[in-house]
Amino acid sequence: MPTKPDIPIALDVQDLQVYFKLRGSGLSRLLGKEGGTVKAVDHVSLRLRRGEVLGLVGESGSGKTTLGRAILGLVPATGGAIEHTSGGESVDISKLRGRALREHRTKVQMIFQDPHAALNPAMTIATQVGHPLVIHQKLRGAELRERVVAALESVGLAPAEQFMGKYPSDLSGGQKQRAVIARSIILNPDVLVADEPVSMLDMSVRAKILQLMLDLKHKLGLTYVYITHDLATAKFFCDRVAIMYLGKVVEIGPTDEIFANPRHPYTQALLKAIPDVDPAKQVPRDLPRGEIPDAARPPRGCSFHPRCPLARAECGWEPRDLKALVEEHWTRVPVDEYEHEHAVVGGLRELNTDAKTVLVQPTRGGTVAEIFAMFTKIRDENPDEPLWSGVTRIEQTPDGVAFDFAEPAEIALHPAGSSEVACVRVNAQ
Amino acid sequence: MKSLLAPFRQTTGMARWLLVTGVGIVFIFVLAALLAPVIAPYRFDQMEDADGQRFTKLSPPGPGHLLGVNDQFYDIFSRIVWGAQTALTVVLLAVLLSLVIGVVLGLVSGYVGRWIDRVLVFIMDAMYAFPSLLLAIVFSFLLKGVFDSIGGTLLFGMRPGVLSAALSLTVIYIPQYFRVVRNTTVSAREATYVEAARAIGASNVTIMSRYLFSNVIQSVPVIGTINAADAISTLAALGFLGLGIQPNEASEWGYDLSRALDDAASGIWWTGMFPGIAIVLLVTGLTLIGEGLNETINPTLRKRRFAPITLPPRAQEVVAK
Ligand SMILES: Nc1ncnc2c1ncn2[C@@H]1O[C@H](COP(=O)(O)OP(=O)(O)O)[C@@H](O)[C@H]1O
Ligand code: SF4
Ligand SMILES: [Mg+2]
Repeated sequence: MPTKPDIPIALDVQDLQVYFKLRGSGLSRLLGKEGGTVKAVDHVSLRLRRGEVLGLVGESGSGKTTLGRAILGLVPATGGAIEHTSGGESVDISKLRGRALREHRTKVQMIFQDPHAALNPAMTIATQVGHPLVIHQKLRGAELRERVVAALESVGLAPAEQFMGKYPSDLSGGQKQRAVIARSIILNPDVLVADEPVSMLDMSVRAKILQLMLDLKHKLGLTYVYITHDLATAKFFCDRVAIMYLGKVVEIGPTDEIFANPRHPYTQALLKAIPDVDPAKQVPRDLPRGEIPDAARPPRGCSFHPRCPLARAECGWEPRDLKALVEEHWTRVPVDEYEHEHAVVGGLRELNTDAKTVLVQPTRGGTVAEIFAMFTKIRDENPDEPLWSGVTRIEQTPDGVAFDFAEPAEIALHPAGSSEVACVRVNAQ
Repeated sequence: MKSLLAPFRQTTGMARWLLVTGVGIVFIFVLAALLAPVIAPYRFDQMEDADGQRFTKLSPPGPGHLLGVNDQFYDIFSRIVWGAQTALTVVLLAVLLSLVIGVVLGLVSGYVGRWIDRVLVFIMDAMYAFPSLLLAIVFSFLLKGVFDSIGGTLLFGMRPGVLSAALSLTVIYIPQYFRVVRNTTVSAREATYVEAARAIGASNVTIMSRYLFSNVIQSVPVIGTINAADAISTLAALGFLGLGIQPNEASEWGYDLSRALDDAASGIWWTGMFPGIAIVLLVTGLTLIGEGLNETINPTLRKRRFAPITLPPRAQEVVAK
């Protein structure tokens, strides 16, 4: 990865994990069962140099907001470190607590996704924009007012007097977001986390807000973490882009490289979702099939494998994928065929697992041979289905049909060109 | 302050009419209370005129004694006027104290959560489930014992009986403010503007006082006025049972009413009628204000008030690790 070693690193996220414990229902807690864990951010490492704009791109639920909140210490890190360097001093934000953490917030600030919710409905614009100064620098009176006026005018809320006495409900969405930005820059921070700052705004004001953020970056020397699900704005806005999927960074690299030469199948799929990309560059496959998996039970191996059009044997195939395949098959066949097959195999509850080996048992009405025939038929319908490459054994046993799945490969970021990619296809090259 | 007064200004139609009538009635009592020394011809415990001549016991309404004299030689009109002062003092104190305590506890409980919340919710629910008059009786007994052991005729500038009545009423209304504020806080705490406040480095105290407080007290004025009406009748009930303010401490309508019970049998109506009317009028006035405000603040709530709302059980509760 080409770096600019002369520019100091502002933010160094090392192997960060943010896990959320899910509490089970009352009954299962009584029975001593543990709820699951959502790995919202799962071993993520990122580096930002001063003045750089890093895009975090991914579908909803990929952990972008959680990563952003962790950078401000708004959610505790389960593991890893977030080193923030400013004025030659380094602090691990993930280790800060209480007052030290609150004081650190003068240097790292956040812009929120929903400007309509990010402002206190019962406080005037002037009061809330100036509140960080009251909290940290204990300014008041004329001095405070002067700084608030300057902040409001620098975000384009001019003349400031016209906005200072208003309540958030008196402002438009774009004006609210400007007020949120004013509040976030009034303490002169050096890192700004912008969580989808324009996604809730009208098309007509999006470009203006993004331009404002770029102007502020140059004027104030800001470093941005720009979170978005929309690659188009990332292309306009970012120096580098990290693509996230289910809590992991699957590809990271310079914006130009990501757009000109996407290597991860997920990045390729996302790029195709942008309407105005050069048609010659489009990847000749469909959009990712299926839905985003349940974050509490992520897929084995590469978490993108159930949706990946290029998946291979070693991508982490598991019984749950087999279940999805059968269910998808059932949506296509006539009703009587579905009813017959369903009577033979039942609800396939035994496939609700990510074990390496699984046994599909017949119901009282069915036989092992019938199950075997059903799976053979499904397989013959589409022998190219990548799932079958990951099944190393299908065998009729006296109790049912046994399946073995291939051992998943180690999936980690590896350099590829000027990017880094986490995909077995790229590792192999 | 602005948000506290907003509901008063937003009323329309029927609600406004209720509100105006209620305010009118209460206003008369407030005037009587404030101007009692001017309006009342005698002190509340005065039994004789300036010449040292005792009033005629149980004399009927007429010149000299506008509403008559009762069996303790007190001038009934003066007792009513001074009684307004007692009632409004006690109720104002009780409502303000319970409001402040209930709102603060509700905010802390809803915001902090964890065991503090569980303990407070348990205590408040238990108190709420208890019949309020019974609770008031228990507390006035306890407080009376405490004040008697302290001794003295004045506590914080008040007669011990008046103070203990106000405090026992305070206790029974705290849970209502607590429940409303606590539940609103639990949902408001998840709002983005609270996270934004945390992001600018606000401390928990700042978040509660500057960001949550003004957004969770919308329904507090309504509860306040409804409680005030309830407090008038509970105070009268305590007095009626002889557990409230003693006749030599201050004039109290409920006590006078209980004294009048025997008179009614012998055809003496004026000793009971006038305190009774005073109680009913003031309770009505305060209730009208409360209902008028309620109509304005939450028109849908009124219609649904008796329909049970059951939420489906949550399968999984999400908690940050
Ligand atoms: N406070 C929380 N408690 C439990 N789970 C959470 C919490 N916040 C986020 N999550 C889960 O973490 C995952 C990532 O969420 P999020 O960071 O909001 O993603 P994104 O911003 O990319 O849409 C989701 O599965 C979400 O349900
Ligand atoms: S490792 Fe690569 S090829 Fe395999 S499923 Fe993941 S993205 Fe697709
Ligand atoms: Mg998000």
